[in-house]
Amino acid sequence: MPGITGKDQVLSTYADKLSVLDAPKGRSLTQDALRRLTRNKAAVLSIGMLVLIVLVAFIGPYFVPWGYSEVDWSNIRKPPNFEAQHYLGTDQNGRDMLARVLQGTQMSLIVAAVATLVSVFIGVIYGAVAGYFGGRVDAIMMRIVDVMYALPYILFVIILVVMFGRNPVLLFVGIGAIEWLTMARIVRGQTLTLKEREFVEAARASGAKPFTIILRHIVPNLTGPVVIYATLTIPEIIIAESFLSYLGLGVQEPQTSLGTLISAGAPVAEVMPWLLLAPAAVLVTMLFCLTYVGDGLRDALDPKDR
Amino acid sequence: MKITTALKAVTTAGAFALMMSTAASAVTLQMHNGGDPGSLDPHKVSGDWENRVVGDYIEGLVTEDAGGNPIAGQAESWEISEDGTVYTFKLRDEAMWSDGTPVTAHDFVFAFQRLFDPATASDYAYLQYPIKNSAAINSGEITDFDQLGVKALDDKTVEITLEAATPFFLDALTHYTAFPVPKHLVEEHGDAWIEMENIAANGPYKIVEWLPGSYVRSEKNEDYYDAENVQIDEVYYHVLEDQAAALNRYRAGEFDILTDFPSDQYAWMQENIPGETHVEPFLGVYYYVINQEVEPFDDVRVREALSISILREVIGPDILGTGEIPAYGWVPPGTGNYVEEAYMPEWANMPYEERVARATELMTEAGYGPDNPLDLTLRYNTNDNHQRIAVAIAAMWEPIGVNVELFNSEVAVHYDALRAGDFQVGRAGWLLDYNDPSNTLDLLKTGIEQEGTMNWGNNYGRYSNEEFDALMADAATELDLEARGQILADAEAIAMDEFGAIPIYWYVSKNVVKPYISGFEDNAKDVHRTRWLSKTEE
Amino acid sequence: MLSYAFRRVLSAIPIALIAVTVCFFILRLAPGGPFDGERALPPNVLANLRAHYNLDQPLINQYFIYVWRLLHGDLGPSMVIEGFSVSRLIAIGFPFTLTLALTAFVIATAIGVLAGMFAAVNQNKWPDYVLVLLVMVGVIIPNFLMAALLQLWFGVYLGWFPAGGWVTGSWMHLVLPVTVLAWPHAGRISRLMRGSMIEVLGSNYVRTARAKGLGERIVMARHAIKPALIPVVSYLGPGLSYLLTGSLAVEQVFGLPGIGKYFVTAALNRDYGIVLGTTILYMFIILALNLIVDLVYAWLDPKVRYR
Repeated sequence: MPGITGKDQVLSTYADKLSVLDAPKGRSLTQDALRRLTRNKAAVLSIGMLVLIVLVAFIGPYFVPWGYSEVDWSNIRKPPNFEAQHYLGTDQNGRDMLARVLQGTQMSLIVAAVATLVSVFIGVIYGAVAGYFGGRVDAIMMRIVDVMYALPYILFVIILVVMFGRNPVLLFVGIGAIEWLTMARIVRGQTLTLKEREFVEAARASGAKPFTIILRHIVPNLTGPVVIYATLTIPEIIIAESFLSYLGLGVQEPQTSLGTLISAGAPVAEVMPWLLLAPAAVLVTMLFCLTYVGDGLRDALDPKDR
Repeated sequence: MKITTALKAVTTAGAFALMMSTAASAVTLQMHNGGDPGSLDPHKVSGDWENRVVGDYIEGLVTEDAGGNPIAGQAESWEISEDGTVYTFKLRDEAMWSDGTPVTAHDFVFAFQRLFDPATASDYAYLQYPIKNSAAINSGEITDFDQLGVKALDDKTVEITLEAATPFFLDALTHYTAFPVPKHLVEEHGDAWIEMENIAANGPYKIVEWLPGSYVRSEKNEDYYDAENVQIDEVYYHVLEDQAAALNRYRAGEFDILTDFPSDQYAWMQENIPGETHVEPFLGVYYYVINQEVEPFDDVRVREALSISILREVIGPDILGTGEIPAYGWVPPGTGNYVEEAYMPEWANMPYEERVARATELMTEAGYGPDNPLDLTLRYNTNDNHQRIAVAIAAMWEPIGVNVELFNSEVAVHYDALRAGDFQVGRAGWLLDYNDPSNTLDLLKTGIEQEGTMNWGNNYGRYSNEEFDALMADAATELDLEARGQILADAEAIAMDEFGAIPIYWYVSKNVVKPYISGFEDNAKDVHRTRWLSKTEE
Repeated sequence: MLSYAFRRVLSAIPIALIAVTVCFFILRLAPGGPFDGERALPPNVLANLRAHYNLDQPLINQYFIYVWRLLHGDLGPSMVIEGFSVSRLIAIGFPFTLTLALTAFVIATAIGVLAGMFAAVNQNKWPDYVLVLLVMVGVIIPNFLMAALLQLWFGVYLGWFPAGGWVTGSWMHLVLPVTVLAWPHAGRISRLMRGSMIEVLGSNYVRTARAKGLGERIVMARHAIKPALIPVVSYLGPGLSYLLTGSLAVEQVFGLPGIGKYFVTAALNRDYGIVLGTTILYMFIILALNLIVDLVYAWLDPKVRYR
């Protein structure tokens, strides 16, 4: 299944075009891109916001008086109360919401990072190999990708979670392992073009082994689409995680993630709005920022001038 | 082809519903029923939500009044023999299936035989094991069904013989496992007798439509002998597992009755829709089971420490919000045929700090402490309430030197693990099937050896005490109810003193009922048959 | 073209078979079975139940029985809902899900395309920002949250629409669920459309058309829209199939009797028959959609040729 939301379609199109057109020759792609990126105000603002969120999520807990799994027996289900130092209120178990939101953000970020890395890693290797070797190898490998696309990803994740237990890292390796499909397609498309380039010819002529060529010459040239895809995937993964939490398959107690907090806060939004507002606000902000950054990156790396 | 049929069914249903709701005299009840029934066949169901649907269209020898007490049903009178082992029921003359066939004693004989037939694979058949030879037939020991203690003396007389005198037997007969099935239909259509085109009812309602995932719809059965007192003409049993969504629809006026509600909303509901929430004691116990085949849980000191360090008073009122009453014993208060005084251990009256101190002491004696904490995995099935309770209890166990890891899984996986003994401490619950203490106490009986392995049944913790088993066996043959009650109480004391399981709270039934519905009486069985309800406005 | 389509259909069969096989075995690897509930079943009863559903046979035999039945169009019985075969349950539930998904699909695509076009034409001016923000709200807010909130606001507080169910069959029941499903989809389509429209508007042949002095309307209608739609079209397939399966949360919250929730609840309840049945259905939908999309692609972009 092409990711849970299919945003990668944007990238597939892009990659398809890349394999047909040439990448710009001449000036350094990175410098150019960076320049364009910095001119995009929304993207710059978003990067700043994201950095802020990451810092607060990982450093914040040291400044918060309550631990995220600490139970305050005298303050169960209470709204924000500055005196008791529960700045965002407490949940049904008497745990401090501020601490939990911080921990949840940490978890969601870690999850996003791990899953993205997994999908990048598997996708790049797989796609590069398929694209480079071409022919039957390519055909078979892509067929397998086709088969996997047709399977409902939820099923896989459920089975994975059930078989490997509720380990958060394993769970998100599982998600990452599904998102690699489109990355593989993109990388394959790009590799198909790249392998006709002169420097690859030269490397081949000098007798380099295929895997060396793939690792040393092809992969480094894949940065553009890979980076964009990775950035565009992160929101998908976070949303996927929140959906799994809604089903009860997400991160396990006592830890929590933004998705878990939101699915717990949604049904009681009327009676205990503080349970929902903080994590929702963080999630929405993060996703908006990631979207703007992703868009900015894509615009920046676009070979066409406007 | 099937799609067109389905669409036609939907539009017809829609049109019909519109007709029904616009017809001036038709009174429709919109009941929220939680899950989809797994079946409409009384021999194949086992949940309380299924009971609501099945119990409205089929009636047994005995049925329930608005308070859940047994009253005459299809049988207009009965006699019980001196020794309490033979019950003779006389059926009503007017008792009839909705297809015109009269209800006869043969329907009951046939139904009981089918219930115990191993091929039917009814999961609740054991409820009627007091009937003579039923257990043996169900396990395949006896293959001649005529040996079953249910006989038709003539077309209108049913005679039931029991293994031994059973004080709660009339109560057990109200259960759907004792329902008759239309013999002529089952013989003709087999398991497909419950299809809409075949199904027949002998109760106040008959089922006319089932849209899986959405609702079951029943209409008043005009052939029912008491039809003139049945006020509701049509019932929708809605399927909706999301409780918050169900409450929303109730507030929007789409549901008249909710059979469960999210505990978090309880305080809000009491303020905003006072009088509509019904939270009543319900015969059931919520408990943690400890696997006594695994070290160190075979050590009674560890079990005691775990139990006494739980502050149960916080769980109902604060953690859940619906005020469930703490449970220290194994038999819910209000259970029939029992002693007056509930089991109350001495430590229940100790101040909490003292209990924690004592628990820490016990743990140290058992070899655990801050330097050597006990690592424990607490399993529960995925559910908000179970999770909150587990988190709270884990926090209560930490100070006494226990490191808790929480592990949740789906119902199927959870109970699979409990049964296989693949756990340390797990959450479980038991709702009483009939109003008698033996129903919960049976949970702690030693397992039976079958084909070389122990079958512990529902005794997940594998608690085993010879004295307890002996007392339970005595109680089964004791005819004097008072003496029997005392024997059972003694058994309960043994098991609880040894902490065979950790009871946490007594269940409450949770219903929300619109003020324009009358006839809804709170009762400990949480049974509210639609025939007793009426609706005064739309 | 026709032979291409035919070959695609043929090659879909082994893919389907492989996917079914993988699914079948993976599902069985998970612990727990359909008959593990709160009450222990007497062992002989359990044995009978399992025998009834062929669960007592070796896994390989079960597999072959399943495939054999499958080839005869029989998806087997549901293990959790008695008396209903999987095909029947799917046949009852699928029209609801399809209606929901198609309605959301049509509305979302229309809104998405128009919004995307409008945003592209006004690129980087405030209508662009506002529009993108609006449609992105749908993508970013998790669908179960949106469903719960909409149900509360519009169903309970304002009472404009039914808070759920589908009893009377009137279209009012669809408004809220379709909104929740359509909004994210519209968001994605509009982003796609905006992106590709911007590309096309800056491309050579549009420049040529403008240079030739053609009016803006004609430029747009004849030269810009069709190629700009290409990425949107290639997203339609996965988009619709996503809508079909993603309707889980929507169906649960609004109490709609569709198959969206079967995917998940059946897996959680280990109802093997339903899980496999819905997987197969879903697979065929995707494969068929992919084929249709490729054919439409060819129509849209004359450079693409299928041998």
